[in-house]
Amino acid sequence: MIDTLPIKTSTGRPLRKEEMVINMGPQHPSTHGVLRLEVVLDGEIVVDVIPHMGYLHRCFEKHSEHMTNYQQVIPYADRMDYLASMNNDWGYALAVERLLKIEVPPRVEYIRVIMAELQRIASHLIAVGTYGIDMGAFTPFLWCFRDRERILDLFEMTCGARLLYNYIWVGGLSHDIPPGFVDKAKAFCKYFLPNIKELNDLLTYNTIFVKRTADIGVLPADVAINYACSGPMLRGSGVSFDLRRDDPYGVYDKFEWNVEVGKGEMGTLGDCWDRYIVRVREMEQSVKIIEQALAAIPEGDVQSALPKRIRPDAGEIYVRTETPRGELGFYVISDGSATPYRVKARAPAFVNLSVMSEISRGCMIADLVAIVGSVDIVLGEVDR
Amino acid sequence: MTPQEILDQLRANFGEAILESKLDAPQPWISVAPNRTKDICFFLRDTASLQFDYLMCLSSVDNKDKQLSVVYHVWSTTQKHKIVLKAFCPRDNAHIQSVSSVWGTADWHEREAFDMMGIVFDEHPDLRRILCPDDYPGNPLRKDFKVPEFYQGIKVPY
Amino acid sequence: MGLLDKQFNNSNVILTSVEDLLKWARLSSLFQMQFGLACCAIEMMAASASNFDIMRFGVIPRATPRQTDLMIVAGTVTLKMATRIKRLYDQMSEPRYVISMGSCSNCGGPYWEHGYHVLKGVDRVIPVDVYVPGCPPRPEALLEGIIKLQEKIRNETLVKKSAYA
Repeated sequence: MIDTLPIKTSTGRPLRKEEMVINMGPQHPSTHGVLRLEVVLDGEIVVDVIPHMGYLHRCFEKHSEHMTNYQQVIPYADRMDYLASMNNDWGYALAVERLLKIEVPPRVEYIRVIMAELQRIASHLIAVGTYGIDMGAFTPFLWCFRDRERILDLFEMTCGARLLYNYIWVGGLSHDIPPGFVDKAKAFCKYFLPNIKELNDLLTYNTIFVKRTADIGVLPADVAINYACSGPMLRGSGVSFDLRRDDPYGVYDKFEWNVEVGKGEMGTLGDCWDRYIVRVREMEQSVKIIEQALAAIPEGDVQSALPKRIRPDAGEIYVRTETPRGELGFYVISDGSATPYRVKARAPAFVNLSVMSEISRGCMIADLVAIVGSVDIVLGEVDR
Repeated sequence: MTPQEILDQLRANFGEAILESKLDAPQPWISVAPNRTKDICFFLRDTASLQFDYLMCLSSVDNKDKQLSVVYHVWSTTQKHKIVLKAFCPRDNAHIQSVSSVWGTADWHEREAFDMMGIVFDEHPDLRRILCPDDYPGNPLRKDFKVPEFYQGIKVPY
Repeated sequence: MGLLDKQFNNSNVILTSVEDLLKWARLSSLFQMQFGLACCAIEMMAASASNFDIMRFGVIPRATPRQTDLMIVAGTVTLKMATRIKRLYDQMSEPRYVISMGSCSNCGGPYWEHGYHVLKGVDRVIPVDVYVPGCPPRPEALLEGIIKLQEKIRNETLVKKSAYA
């Protein structure tokens, strides 16, 4: 007979006598934002983890139903996943462009790819830097932010903003790239590749880091697909699936690059280290794509296809793009007027977080921090 | 498989549970009965020729004809085809059978639909609000939602 | 108060009031509570990183509210979070200061019109000393906000009890 207490967790599960419930509350240095984890512990071992979110629910979908124009939703889409704003903008702009059935000029496509890949590097730098600081390594955090400042300089040169750009509009871009951008971006690519090697020497193959992340939080491939994980979470489990190659959009098919998957090099396939190494290697692939795109940008006018009035026919569409966190989907329903009828954002971090209670049973609290860091959540996206 | 073949297979197995469909839209959709969604989705996932194992998105919509609906976008990682399912339900008695036992990801998506739109999912293991606080009045994404004046003593509107 | 090192050149003794000394100690070592909510938190992290370096002003992030004197509310405050912010503010020991960073915590930001779950300004639940505008404010703007707070502390009077006791 199991002794239970009259105390229950918030899911209604009664507590056994040796268990206790600890709150890793909304304000916590390691939860990457305002996420509350209700952890049921047996000593130091985690028996169950119940994530609570909604502390950053900013009503994105309600706002998009009240905007007078489809373009006005783009600043709100920026603020959903604030570490990958360019990718968010592109996802939404792509959905509306497919509803309107318009094509954008090739120059716009190339610049969009360059901006999205630069943004991917910036986002992965934060993921890697904060993951190191969660494990206790302070130096990679400073190095990653230093490199990220160079990328933000490029963005600031183009559109004036460091973090939330409102750059990729439906049908084009808000500004053309300034003169000197191509040279500065090429210089950045040359500067950045040796830094990845430095990061690998410092953090990736560091014994302490490997011991803290290998064999922790193992996510089997079939569980990942059942829970609709995407992005580095899915690729870390060995499933080679990348929307840029398998459900293509933009001009990604014109470039040569590889899809990185985890191979279980340091431990079990699908552990935290695999997800981390997929992100590091994706940064190298992004640099490759940027260099190829910079060499081939065609001339043109980036604002020539911006529609004067956006009034799609009544209909609906679901479009998905690959952001640094995974598959971002926008389901846009139009009723024929200038205001969107319904915009639903399928956030990758929200979906990836749902698998956390499956993969963290039986680990210790310090491992829980490693697992949360490897999921790479951004609360703005989880809560929208 | 083409959407027409998927529809024929579904009609052959479920007959009257498959309601209407629109296969000439850019993304063809099939409407199913709200109390049979779980059986239909198990069939879609487990049949060898269909193998819809990836639920891309589950959204709730407040339609113009005042019905609520849930839209399922599913995809197959092996067969590489997609289909959209819709389940409509009346506004004041919104019950749809949960598919969280078919795809684990539907769990949180359905909780969000319950929170935002007020659709109750039968047989869901843990149907609670996920984004709004537990004592928040109303379902925010309904078209007739009124913003509350005060919440726990804090003034809400600007 | 004058530059401290000039005074030390003449002798090893400085004359000042207890008030000035305490205020100088307070403003030079504002320990900050790591309280990033949303996008402004990333700019706050960038301000603590090496390009902008907030630590040279004495601001060090601490995890627990008991050991901090400064709470930088960076990001959108939602209704669900508002009660927790009040609780954290109550747990900070005096003297405590609040900087509201970004337009979401100043006044609700871009979500002011239709945000049914957004608190229109963190000053609806806690008292704020300095407001830093921007969406998100540049790290330099946050540094200016901290300097303004330091000026405010320099002009405080410790004799009278403050309104926020």
